[in-house]
Amino acid sequence: MPDRSTLLRVEHLRKVYESPTGDVEAIGDISFTMDAGELVCIVGPSGCGKTTLLKCLAGLLRPTSGVVEMDGAPVTGPSPAMAVVFQEYGRSLYPWLTVRGNVELPLRHKQLTRAARNKLVVDALEAVGLAHAARSHPWQLSGGMQQRVAIARAVAYQPDILIMDEPFAAVDAQTRADLEDLVRELHASRTISVVFVTHDIDESVYLGQRVLVLSTSPTWVQEDLAIDLPPERDQITTRALPRFTELRTHVYDQIQRAKRGQAVAPRSAR
Amino acid sequence: MTAYTERIAATARSRTVGSRIAASLVYPLGLPTLLLVLWGLVATRGTSKFFPDPLTIAEAFRETWVGPAFVEDVLPSLARLGLGVAGSIVLGIAAGTVIGLTHWLRELLEPLLEFLRAIPPPVLIPVAMLLLGITDTMKVVVIVSGAVWPILLNTIEGVRGTDSVMKETAESFRVSWWERLWFLVLPAASPRIMAGVRQALSVALILMVISEMFASSSGLGYRIAYFQRNYLIAEMWSGILLLGLVGVFLAVAFGLVERRVLRWYHGIREVNRA
Repeated sequence: MPDRSTLLRVEHLRKVYESPTGDVEAIGDISFTMDAGELVCIVGPSGCGKTTLLKCLAGLLRPTSGVVEMDGAPVTGPSPAMAVVFQEYGRSLYPWLTVRGNVELPLRHKQLTRAARNKLVVDALEAVGLAHAARSHPWQLSGGMQQRVAIARAVAYQPDILIMDEPFAAVDAQTRADLEDLVRELHASRTISVVFVTHDIDESVYLGQRVLVLSTSPTWVQEDLAIDLPPERDQITTRALPRFTELRTHVYDQIQRAKRGQAVAPRSAR
Repeated sequence: MTAYTERIAATARSRTVGSRIAASLVYPLGLPTLLLVLWGLVATRGTSKFFPDPLTIAEAFRETWVGPAFVEDVLPSLARLGLGVAGSIVLGIAAGTVIGLTHWLRELLEPLLEFLRAIPPPVLIPVAMLLLGITDTMKVVVIVSGAVWPILLNTIEGVRGTDSVMKETAESFRVSWWERLWFLVLPAASPRIMAGVRQALSVALILMVISEMFASSSGLGYRIAYFQRNYLIAEMWSGILLLGLVGVFLAVAFGLVERRVLRWYHGIREVNRA
């Protein structure tokens, strides 16, 4: 990467859900930074506030305290430089629109000529291998293909950063492997930065350049781990590397410690 | 061997196609035909003058409705019905969308709306007569005052029930307010809205007839009541038959529109069933 500038900065992020039956502290104190062009995976035990963190990053939720900064400016609402891929593709794609209509919808409010918009849509659908399905409706496609549509929609939006919330949790293992490779390919070929939230340890190690391990709720960053696997990855050879096994064992241990509550919070968090 | 099985399969296929067409005609038309025949038999043997046989009614139907009566009575009725239904749809969807999207307005209005809906619409006819006189406007207003409720309440429910993930998606992509209304809120509510329209159609037809029976000098309802008062029994029955046909026509037209508008909805249900 020629330009290694900070893209995303999260500092002392805290989120408390207020409710009549008592407040719930979902996120205790999360701080990290992310450079432009990075692919960062976020893993943690279930119920650790991954989705809450992601919504705060995307500007869909206001943090209780702390800062989320994108390119040096605080995030106060959804940003045109961000695109989100949700876990529930069935509820995120609009069934009354065609695949094409779904990909095109976020582009309507951008000041684009019809030809330019069309080009973005066609290009994005080609990038995810769905050029032939443009006129279908999402519900006519398999789960994996539907998630490809959601990815195409995000890519066509031309974001600097792609935020993915357990996007492949609901698809079968083989489709999942294909989609993982698709994300790595899009990341490499389009210089999009990616934040990928997952509960799957293997997936986080295989995909990421960095893995952030979160603690149980109220959440802090338990470990910020650089993944020193070769940049060219392959489902068979990479996963067979001894280093891959070491890393996944390490992350696994960290999460087990998090679950048992043995990890020590940083002084700033407590 | 293959040729043999193919031949069997071919005959089986042609037989199933033939029997399928036959079945698709026998079932919907069989019972009405049977009832007509029964009616004819009973009517020719019986002596009651209130139940003329089907042929007499068919004759009366042709004489009564084919000709000037079509312009004088049928068209005005259909025009009132059309205006009333169109008004109910526009008003119901517009008001329902605003109320469904505005939380405090919904809280404020919902008990009141439930009460107004519970009032049987025909009782509004005397009031409307006082306020608007015996006019076409009065009849359209009466139709709207009854037919708007199912559309309004269904639209409110449909708009309110927009899926949270779909809303978050629109928000995260900064989709504008109008685009959200047009591409998310209204399509998401469309199955409920269409269910409301279906109910509204039958309510509108009833109110059209009743308002014309009450206060009118033209229209189907007026004409049927007129025939009854003048002992023109076969003509009266032919009017009822015509009303039934109008109802069937409305249902068929609605079905065609619904299948177009809710193609995605029925498609999903079919996929889920498979």
